[in-house]
Amino acid sequence: MKDIDKSFRKDTETEFPLREELRPRSVTAPDGQVIEIDPLQDYFCQEPPKVHKQSYFKIVEDFYNWARAHSLWILGFGTGCGAIEMRPLMTPRFDAYRYGIQWRPTPRQANLLVISGYLSVKTLKRAIRAYEQMPSPKYVVGLGSCTINGGMYWDSYNTIKRLDDYLPVDLYIAGCMPRPEALLAGFMDLKKLIRKGKAEGANKYAENFDWYKANQKSVIKDWDMPDYNW
Amino acid sequence: MSFEWIQLAYAALTVFIVINYGLIMTAVVQKIGARVGGRYGIPVWQNYIDLVKNIALRSKISHGVMFYLGPVFRLTGGIGLLLFVPTIYGSVMHQNFAFAGDLILALYFVFFGTLGMALGAGESGHPHAAIGVSRGLAQVTAAELPLALAVFAISLQYQTLSITEIVAAQQGGIFNWTLFTNPIATLAAMFALVGTMMRAPFDVVVAPQEIPIGPPTEYHSAYLALMQTNRVLFPVAKTVIYMNLFFGGASNWAEFAVKVFAIYMVSVLVGVVHPRFRVEQSIRFFLKWGLPVGILAILVV
Repeated sequence: MKDIDKSFRKDTETEFPLREELRPRSVTAPDGQVIEIDPLQDYFCQEPPKVHKQSYFKIVEDFYNWARAHSLWILGFGTGCGAIEMRPLMTPRFDAYRYGIQWRPTPRQANLLVISGYLSVKTLKRAIRAYEQMPSPKYVVGLGSCTINGGMYWDSYNTIKRLDDYLPVDLYIAGCMPRPEALLAGFMDLKKLIRKGKAEGANKYAENFDWYKANQKSVIKDWDMPDYNW
Repeated sequence: MSFEWIQLAYAALTVFIVINYGLIMTAVVQKIGARVGGRYGIPVWQNYIDLVKNIALRSKISHGVMFYLGPVFRLTGGIGLLLFVPTIYGSVMHQNFAFAGDLILALYFVFFGTLGMALGAGESGHPHAAIGVSRGLAQVTAAELPLALAVFAISLQYQTLSITEIVAAQQGGIFNWTLFTNPIATLAAMFALVGTMMRAPFDVVVAPQEIPIGPPTEYHSAYLALMQTNRVLFPVAKTVIYMNLFFGGASNWAEFAVKVFAIYMVSVLVGVVHPRFRVEQSIRFFLKWGLPVGILAILVV
């Protein structure tokens, strides 16, 4: 974690109080039954992610990878200013739909998380949750220089610098901001990676789960969610 | 109705043809929409790739038995709707399991998938899914009213509950179609067609831009693949009923393809020129315009 300097890491050992809706409580049901509710235990699955094996036959896996490459569903989740470069992709000028790319409103149906620009620590929390809810195999694209080394937010007290420390990034698209053409070129490169079977970010995340969690927890001050939430 | 085992194979063939037809037709419709908007649009085989991709996803999460059964019920609704109605009139192979009272059964099957989906989406535990399902049920119920009335009207007109006999009565020229012999019932039923096709202006329930994405919020991978299959099968099955009841049926697959596409395009055309209704607006619309036309159809008959 060499990019996390002292001023950036969380400098306090103080425990932040849980938000009210996440505290354990007992609820009386209409029929008089008293139910104990611990939202952090009850509402989330606590199982750590698994490494998913590839298909037994190479030809089947190649076929699947071909389908995955030509059906990229992007999570409609914009983080920084880069989100504005993704909108023109849907419109007639760039029309990403012709490459099998479309936007899905829920992480359950998305395969590709585009971190579009700077990522503040607060948004990182949401990005992690969204990423962990996506079904495997899933891909992360870092858009803009902010995701590579912090970019113009290098000195910021509240944005992360290297996205790769927190989520397994498959591809970076450099620029500030990269234009939609660059995005399209990036998606084409991602397709090549997927077809070669090299985009195994989800498995990388599962293998190095402890390392990623340590990094995430070293910057997020109010960690009020389970370690793995889906 | 006599049953022979070969009918199962014939029925499977019908389902296979209809699913492929639906996969390609919905993609073509999307492509037409894109061309109207000045885009190039998706490849026509995109639906197949999406289907394979969703089946190929590695991690699947279940929220319980009903969550698993939801898409199964939905697909059952689509296949049931298709299989108890003659797809091709006069064909031994694609007569399916049509019997004397299949019109009533078809009305049930139109609703069956939505109810199954309500149970499944409810168990997913996501508030958006629960809200989406309650809105969807309210809207579909209101939209089905004119269809039910129109169905009563034409069963009175033809004095039968068998779709095969209704199709038989419409043979022998375009002016024998219910469209011309009973235009009011047809109009009432077309309200229901536009209302239940899940296209604009009545698609607030599943529209990705509204409460994200409604009932299927939690559905992914193979569950979603099942629902995608139903999304292409169900509109075609429903259009087959309309084709049989009001537009003279089809005596071969070419006629089937043309007629189903034309009827489907009605809801598409209405959709592209009208903005989306909220649920209470669409319910009010059906009660105000659809229902009186349906009652009028019964009175006229």
